[in-house]
Amino acid sequence: MPDQQAPSGELHSLPALLARNAARYANRPAYREKEFGIWQSWTWAEAAEEIRAMALGLLALGLKPGEHVAIIGRNRPAHYWGMIAAQMCGAVPVPLYQDAVAEEMAYVLEHCGARFVLCGDQEQVDKVLEVEETVKGIEQIIYTDRRGMRKYDHTRMNALADVQAEGRAGSTRLAPELDARIARLDYDSICVMLYTSGTTGKPKGVVLSNRNIIETAKNSADFDRLTHREEIVAYLPMAWVGDFIFSVGQALWAGFTVNCPEGAHTMMTDMREIGPTYFFAPPRVFEGQLTTVMIRMEDASSLKRWMFRRFMAIAQRVGPSLLDDKPVGFGDRLAYGLGNLLIYGPLKNTLGLSRVRVGYTAGEAIGPEIFDFYRSLGINLKQLYGQTEASVFITQQPDGQVRSDTVGVASPGVELKIAENGEVFYRGPGTFVEYFKNPESTASTKDSEGWVATGDAGFFEEATGHLRIIDRAKDVGKMADGSMFAPKYVENKLKFYPNILEAVVLGNGRDFCTAMINIDLNAVGNWAERNNISYGSYQELAGHPQVYATIKDHVETVNKSVADDPMLSGCQIHRFLVLHKELDPDDGEMTRTRKVRRAVISDKFADLVAALYDGSDSIYTETEVTYEDGRKGKITATLRIEDAQVFGDAQGHKVAAQ
Amino acid sequence: MASVPEEGVVTPDGRQIGGVLMEMKNITLRFGGVVAVKDISFDIRKGEIRAIIGPNGAGKSSMLNVISGFYNPQEGEVWFKGYRRGPMKPYEVARLGIARTFQNIALFDGMTVLDNIMTGRLNKMRSGFLAQALWWGAAEREEIENRAQVEKIIDFLEIQNIRKTPVGRLPYGLKKRVELARALAAEPQLLLLDEPMAGMNVEEKEDMSRFILDVNDEFGTTIALIEHDMGVVMDISDRVVVMDYGRKIGDGTPAEVRGNQEVIDAYLGVAHD
Repeated sequence: MPDQQAPSGELHSLPALLARNAARYANRPAYREKEFGIWQSWTWAEAAEEIRAMALGLLALGLKPGEHVAIIGRNRPAHYWGMIAAQMCGAVPVPLYQDAVAEEMAYVLEHCGARFVLCGDQEQVDKVLEVEETVKGIEQIIYTDRRGMRKYDHTRMNALADVQAEGRAGSTRLAPELDARIARLDYDSICVMLYTSGTTGKPKGVVLSNRNIIETAKNSADFDRLTHREEIVAYLPMAWVGDFIFSVGQALWAGFTVNCPEGAHTMMTDMREIGPTYFFAPPRVFEGQLTTVMIRMEDASSLKRWMFRRFMAIAQRVGPSLLDDKPVGFGDRLAYGLGNLLIYGPLKNTLGLSRVRVGYTAGEAIGPEIFDFYRSLGINLKQLYGQTEASVFITQQPDGQVRSDTVGVASPGVELKIAENGEVFYRGPGTFVEYFKNPESTASTKDSEGWVATGDAGFFEEATGHLRIIDRAKDVGKMADGSMFAPKYVENKLKFYPNILEAVVLGNGRDFCTAMINIDLNAVGNWAERNNISYGSYQELAGHPQVYATIKDHVETVNKSVADDPMLSGCQIHRFLVLHKELDPDDGEMTRTRKVRRAVISDKFADLVAALYDGSDSIYTETEVTYEDGRKGKITATLRIEDAQVFGDAQGHKVAAQ
Repeated sequence: MASVPEEGVVTPDGRQIGGVLMEMKNITLRFGGVVAVKDISFDIRKGEIRAIIGPNGAGKSSMLNVISGFYNPQEGEVWFKGYRRGPMKPYEVARLGIARTFQNIALFDGMTVLDNIMTGRLNKMRSGFLAQALWWGAAEREEIENRAQVEKIIDFLEIQNIRKTPVGRLPYGLKKRVELARALAAEPQLLLLDEPMAGMNVEEKEDMSRFILDVNDEFGTTIALIEHDMGVVMDISDRVVVMDYGRKIGDGTPAEVRGNQEVIDAYLGVAHD
């Protein structure tokens, strides 16, 4: 392991870290990208040269210190380089969500006032040009992929490779200025600005300093003993703070390799080829993978199915204990070893998780079954709790103390406290500087002593000191009879079924709870195929009586388990419907990080909400949908509303309500 | 008739349309007593997208087969790149720089997408059988060069994720795209597409239209296509030939053809009001 305690007196900016890596790990791979079917790679020395050329090119185009540079594109080395190059010039990189429609982009571009925009391809350039109809001030568009760009007006548009060539050509002229700008960077210079996804209201620009990013990267790399030998796959949106910490902060700090997949659709193949050692994914990725595995097992031969069941049972019994180094009997060890040879090993290889040493999941609660499935395979999957304002890390689980229902202990350097209303507060080295151009929000989120409100309600478990999160503090409400309403708690239980992709539980201030449910087209579609159920569209499948019956079954099982918790038994679902469309960020129903926007949904589907509570058994509805290119359309449907059985005290309550 | 001047033009969207690449002069094609194509003349210019449309049985596919050299017309002359063309073998056609896709997809189902597209490069391979079997010397170099070309096309048509998938397992729309990829792999000067959108849904049609336009734009490939979907044809073609019962009843830009009374009567239906 290299000396991680290198004199941090000088390592106070991304360019400084890059220079160190270019010297120390000159010939080790820094970035890889699969293109034209082959993994192209750049060593740290090569990457440093590319980034410098880019920075010189940006200078030649007139990038000024303190300006914002918007970056819109998929995970590609060039885009990561663009962010570092922007910092070299004293500018602030602002990565945006590449799947955002032009409208959403307009707000952010206007708000940050970027004069330079780095676009991944023609699609993103088109969006920026569309945005320009309302937003003034964009002066330079730089694009990475030349395809389809030949016909555009190039008076203020350049290919990234040309910008680099320009930079290389003008090197002698521009180098002194660039070096002066790099020298001016310090620990308090702004490193990056990331827009929060905004479950409510407009996105806010979170300003993070070099201190935030580098301290956090250092602490978290130490926590999990990350070295320059790690391999990660960069596939999560670049606009998300996690990707910035993993693929820029930690990668530069520890000097490990960032691998960019060929495209979103090749992710699984690319994962298998790289075999990352350090891996992060939100729960839905793990859920999706597990669903795929289960679907494929259903189609496997009976011998394989038998072996899978047999060995997974063993894994579930002893796998987690083995991972935590707890005592396990010799016979079980032997059986697990055999299972590893026949089932777990090949399965992990297929999933691309063979080499994972440290895996994290965060963002949403993960189903205990899903969590245990991966852990029982011997994958060291852990949970962390974080947010953009904290440069990700607030709490995380140390090796050997992993459970599905807690989020771990405070990350190194982070202090935690719980307010009287149950809201979790933190402060630490990663605590953000401010919200850009929004002092009111900054003041209401971060107090004068640096404590930041997370907006989540939680408590410390007495026995272990681990933090448990219940729900968003503002989502926790009261039912009409005064009992507690925690929608996320019930939604998570519902979402743990592979058939259910998304659920929205309603009931704040009402007599009883109801739910709108999204089926998972993959899982339900496969089930339909195996049972010879024909369907022509998502809508038809969602409304199929047998699908309704299955969902009803799930809802009732969840009710039964909710009834066991005296505090939350009021949250049982009395009536539900299956939605005719998938909730989609393009329609504003979810954030880009796929969190449900409750206010938007109860507003948009007001007619459905009314029907859920007025006792009718079906409702005709028209819904506006937005296509990928931003055009709008309408879909109509008649949705059935079903009653579900409730348990315990709620039973009597229901009769009374009717 | 032909609204493009001899020396070529630049279209409003900046594409270069040049001189005549292929010319059909008074073509008549008979199968026994049946006349499939009757005295048809038209030309295809360098860099344009040329469509042949017409109702079922109008003789479109026969015409395309004459262009591709598969059928030899009883009367008339086919001129390609300034030379009169006689009867030809398929490999000779390919060497001339003509590639095509088929109405009923003609791919090798058991082979992967990559291998299928590689077969499109066969014409570019010069090394002998033995060298290829041993994968030695020139054969190895050639394979690497050809694979690089194929990968560019895979990238262009955005089918990276199915590179190693056997074609038989793919849905219809993707098979069509793979077929286009294979035709492009031959680096043709003239690309013939036989109903590229047949059986596709709206989204697949939009994708395919985009790819056809991109191919034309990016590689400068001349494209002749047969298509049923009028909307698509009118949107993407520079000039359209309309056929009915083996005769040519219209020829010109989409706007001209749309206004041609004979075409409206025969193909689009008689206009009411």
